[in-house]
Amino acid sequence: MKYKLLSFARQLGVMLLVIWTVVTLVTLLIELVPGDPATVILGETATQEQIENFRIKHGLDRPAFFFSYSSDDGFKWNGTDNRYLDYWRGLMVGDLGRSFRTDQPVTQLIFERYPSTIELALAAMLVAIAIAVPLGVVAGTNKNKLIDNLASFVALLGISLPTFVLGPFLVYVFAVKLGWFAPTGSAYIEDIVLPAVTLGAALSAILTRMVRSSVIEELGEDYVRTARAKGLSERVVVYKHVLKNGLIPVVTVLGLQLGVLLAGSIITEKIFNWQGLGLLLLDDGIGKRDYRLVQGCVLVISVTFIVANTLTDLVYRRLDPRIRLS
Amino acid sequence: MNRLFYIGLTIAVLFIAAAVLAPIISTHDPFTQDLALRYAGPSTDHWFGTDALGRDVFSRVIYGARISLEVGISVVLVSSVIGTLIGALAGFYGGIVDKFLSGYVFNVFLAFPGLLLAIAMVAFLGAGLGKMILALCVIGWVGYARVMRGQVLKVREYDYVMAARALGASNLRIIFTHILPNSIQPLIVQASLGMAGAVLSEASLSFLGLGIPPPSPSWGTMIEESRSFDILTSSPHVMFFPGIAIALTVLAFNFLGDGLREYLDPKQRAR
Repeated sequence: MKYKLLSFARQLGVMLLVIWTVVTLVTLLIELVPGDPATVILGETATQEQIENFRIKHGLDRPAFFFSYSSDDGFKWNGTDNRYLDYWRGLMVGDLGRSFRTDQPVTQLIFERYPSTIELALAAMLVAIAIAVPLGVVAGTNKNKLIDNLASFVALLGISLPTFVLGPFLVYVFAVKLGWFAPTGSAYIEDIVLPAVTLGAALSAILTRMVRSSVIEELGEDYVRTARAKGLSERVVVYKHVLKNGLIPVVTVLGLQLGVLLAGSIITEKIFNWQGLGLLLLDDGIGKRDYRLVQGCVLVISVTFIVANTLTDLVYRRLDPRIRLS
Repeated sequence: MNRLFYIGLTIAVLFIAAAVLAPIISTHDPFTQDLALRYAGPSTDHWFGTDALGRDVFSRVIYGARISLEVGISVVLVSSVIGTLIGALAGFYGGIVDKFLSGYVFNVFLAFPGLLLAIAMVAFLGAGLGKMILALCVIGWVGYARVMRGQVLKVREYDYVMAARALGASNLRIIFTHILPNSIQPLIVQASLGMAGAVLSEASLSFLGLGIPPPSPSWGTMIEESRSFDILTSSPHVMFFPGIAIALTVLAFNFLGDGLREYLDPKQRAR
């Protein structure tokens, strides 16, 4: 028990450390912007006064970090009165600053769009599971037969087909040729089908491979022989015993992939004009050079990703006693 | 070696040949516009048809291979050198160096969704070939570092390393003449998979408008320019050919990497 708590604390510690680094990177990335963000946003025609007001309003007049370096002054200690700590202070109360463009709170902008992205990621995950579990089981129980090779080939194709190729291809077949779905948008409930398949394809391919190799591995275990000797039908052996154990690694991948899906949905959202976090980052953030918004989006997506990873790891440990003990 | 490996090898060789010999293979100049011939379908003169500005799609796809190869090789080279060195440091010295590198630095880079980091860097730095390569190296090196660290941890326990140490060889000498050459195989696998990843990331960033700006014939840009409903309805070929090219290239390097890994790891071969 003591050991368990310790390892839990350690994992939590690593997660917090990683999040701290990510926040730091995101805060400091804005310093990479060539030139002055205020001039970039307001344009060349802005007066000196406008630029000054903008800088004060968004705290750009304050030093970026605890210390700074310039060729004129050398190293200079700025103390705790800096933008890096400002950002942290805001973060602690859920404030990610205000948009450089619209002056709306970034937190509000993000949480207006976040549900759409989660919806898409979950739908993609469902698609992936629905494809991968049957395909993987069939491939695993028919190892090295034609049907296995076929399933493995489909899986490889899914991994290698980039979203931005698959997406337009699906649009071509199902929107242009067959007319079953709208090419873009999210007005009707069925509009989620094409984006979900596009986003979930790569995951379904990875999962198929995992389910296959899990099934093959578990089929060689002693308990399977016992189950068969008991006279259980092959179906019960596979679906009740093998799959239950074989799904442990799959759960891990699923959790990890929720993060990947959330981050990867950027491309899918662009293809289908899906109004989620990714499109917010691309169009309103990067497209309009709203750096504050970019910071917020990158931060929220990364933290989701990191937390999803850590949680999966914990679930994985609970599911497989071998890992818990070692 | 399995069949998929040879398929991958064949496509990869064709891809590299297309990139290197682009000026000879291409039938037209990839930048020359012919507005009278916008969106022409495939024909004997324009094998893959023409795009929105009447440019020859076949020649653009061939020159696109050049961009992909350029980015792929630069990223693989730079990130493998950096990753190998850092991984070797972590594995060889162990202790607090290893704890810091593999326990903290690796985790941070693995914790970030790769493409997002590249997108963020390009968003703040601005688009362009050099900046994109830099961004892809920043996300790419950690894969090599992990492989190398694991390899070094294994190899450094071998008798010949101890023998070398007993003979008074310096740490650097041991790393470079004994450990590195014996760790090269998994690095090649990683490089092959890294090539697929780099080609894919380049096309993804270009697709998002964050990579190489037009009129450069990047496959990602070509797909982005031709994926609207209207163009897909009237002239789908403009999207299909670069799409097939990128899918085949990524597939080829994945086949290559998987095939090599299976060949080098007998445990996997048995399965």
